[in-house]
Amino acid sequence: MNILVFIEIRNNQIRKASLEALSYAIKQNANVDALLIGHNLNELTPNLAKFKINKIYLADNIANYATDTFAMAVSEVIKLSNSNLVLAANTSLSKDLIPYVATAFNAVAVTDVVELNILPNSLEVTKPVYSAKASAIYELTGSLNFLTLRPNVFSQEVTGQTYQNTIENLNIKYNEPRSQVIETITTGNTQMELSEAPIIVSGGRGLKAPENFAMLQDLCDVLGAALGASRAVVDAGWISHQFQVGQTGKTVSPQLYIACGISGAIQHLAGMSSSKVIVAINKDPDAPIFKHATYSVVGDVFEIVPRLTKEIKALRDNN
Amino acid sequence: MKIAVCVKAVPDTETKIVLNSDKTNIETNQVKFITSPYDEFAIEEALKIKEANSGTTVTAISMGSNEAKDVLRDSLARGVDEAIHINVDKPLDYSPLTTGKILAKSLSLDSYDIILCGQQGVGTDHSQVPAILAQLLNITQATFIVKLTLKENNTFLAEREIEGSHEMVSGKLPAVFSAQKGLNEPRYPSIKGVMAARKKEIKTLDLTSLDLVEEINQTNALVKLKALCLPQAKTSSKNIEGDPDQQVKALVDLLRQEAKVL
Ligand SMILES: Cc1cc2nc3c(=O)[nH]c(=O)nc-3n(C[C@H](O)[C@H](O)[C@H](O)COP(=O)(O)OP(=O)(O)OC[C@H]3O[C@@H](n4cnc5c(N)ncnc54)[C@H](O)[C@@H]3O)c2cc1C
Ligand SMILES: Nc1ncnc2c1ncn2[C@@H]1O[C@H](COP(=O)(O)O)[C@@H](O)[C@H]1O
Repeated sequence: MNILVFIEIRNNQIRKASLEALSYAIKQNANVDALLIGHNLNELTPNLAKFKINKIYLADNIANYATDTFAMAVSEVIKLSNSNLVLAANTSLSKDLIPYVATAFNAVAVTDVVELNILPNSLEVTKPVYSAKASAIYELTGSLNFLTLRPNVFSQEVTGQTYQNTIENLNIKYNEPRSQVIETITTGNTQMELSEAPIIVSGGRGLKAPENFAMLQDLCDVLGAALGASRAVVDAGWISHQFQVGQTGKTVSPQLYIACGISGAIQHLAGMSSSKVIVAINKDPDAPIFKHATYSVVGDVFEIVPRLTKEIKALRDNN
Repeated sequence: MKIAVCVKAVPDTETKIVLNSDKTNIETNQVKFITSPYDEFAIEEALKIKEANSGTTVTAISMGSNEAKDVLRDSLARGVDEAIHINVDKPLDYSPLTTGKILAKSLSLDSYDIILCGQQGVGTDHSQVPAILAQLLNITQATFIVKLTLKENNTFLAEREIEGSHEMVSGKLPAVFSAQKGLNEPRYPSIKGVMAARKKEIKTLDLTSLDLVEEINQTNALVKLKALCLPQAKTSSKNIEGDPDQQVKALVDLLRQEAKVL
């Protein structure tokens, strides 16, 4: 089995979810190659020294994302490394790129994978469907398959060792891409991307007014968490869409999800019900969110959240 | 200008999911099908371009069984000019690659300047068909767009929303675009539109008329939906009682000692 892991870079950093895919691949007793596309890539390769990789391919000097350019680099490496399986993190970039490349090889891609079993002649792949009301298990039998893995689901494991991985610079003559990114406007918190955050604190209409999100931000700060929101508050214009969790927002799977003043509509649950631990804070004891919570706190967010922030801050200060 | 919009019929998001007897798919008898929510943005964008550029026609295209036809009536009611139904059995069993091949072949029968899709078909949530179409039709793509500006010389500038940033994508038509929430505010069909849509003809294609029977059999063999499972019930929830101070103390203790997430 030859696995190629496409390592995604954002804001000059390797995405955590790509390292999760890499960890998974290395555990499979396979030949694992990695591909990085971008610029100044030599600065990033030391971050991969903890992973035992057959060969690291670099497609360097590419300033901006262009589907065609990235697709040429991935296709080239698939051929060089004779890949049977291509893994990537389930991100917007991957969803733009991976199906595009897979189709060029007449191969199947499955996005947002949460479970993967490599069997002797096939792959068994699970992904959530119908707003997480069900999971679909697919059997893939082609000789080359592409999967994007949901962030935070596959664990990132490293041994204490460091490896002298072989690095190969690709030399590709790229065609003029048909479309390309000409400008990037950073909007969110670049340090903590929602879909990759280990802890998320989310607010809904129970917060009453946009300025009260500052209270949630304080809790985020002491927890090192990312801020999320329900669609109701996004639609009300209290916060921008990129914070929205749910069916028409982001799908997240953090270690800890704290839902504050969120009722737990099915479309919201679709985006967060696979979180490992869910805390719900809601003053209505019958709110549907409580059916999905690990810990239910029936109470007023304005009484609970500031106390929680204080308590956790005290805890952190003592450590 | 000619625009095609790909619309998918999907189970209403409120639908209770019931599995069929051999647990390989959902039971569709009781399910209400709707236009996939993101496809509403795609339709709206097509209509807006039509309104701004005289001589533009908009064709809606949907692959599926009867439910696809209902969804096309909804597109006609909103104001698209023509509708094409690609009639297939068991569309729920089709992978995005299969769907993409069928749609690409149907779209290649005409020459479209713009193909609009939703960024994902809600329910199966693949987010793949737009990129597959761009590859098969050998044209430009820009996915997850929240703004589209058509420029001179058949070029465009699109703004896409991705994790933590917005990207400005510039490219040439013909192109496939996938619509993200925020692109526009979809209009509802008017009563007049609904009445008019009933009388409009829907063109029908199928795998035989597209000469795809063999190709699709081969492509379908690459991936099989083995089973659908309903999620396991969450391990029993703990209700944390007391006054706010006690609740917070108890919660923090549980998060540290039991859940070990702090
Ligand atoms: C096609 C479609 C897609 C959708 N996609 C999404 C999506 O992606 N994400 C999403 O979130 N929603 C989505 N929705 C909307 C969803 O159905 C709900 O309307 C929305 O999630 C409700 O948001 P909310 O919980 O903040 O508001 P509400 O449902 O109004 O709930 C507010 C909650 O706050 C509680 N509350 C009030 N005051 C306090 C207080 N002082 N302290 C504690 N609790 C308090 C109330 O008891 C209530 O439970 C979608 C809907 C549709 C139809
Ligand atoms: N059966 C179909 N008929 C028409 N369009 C489709 C179909 N399946 C997917 N699409 C289009 O492709 C988009 C993305 O779907 P998906 O890749 O399935 O998530 C949808 O929003 C539609 O625009």
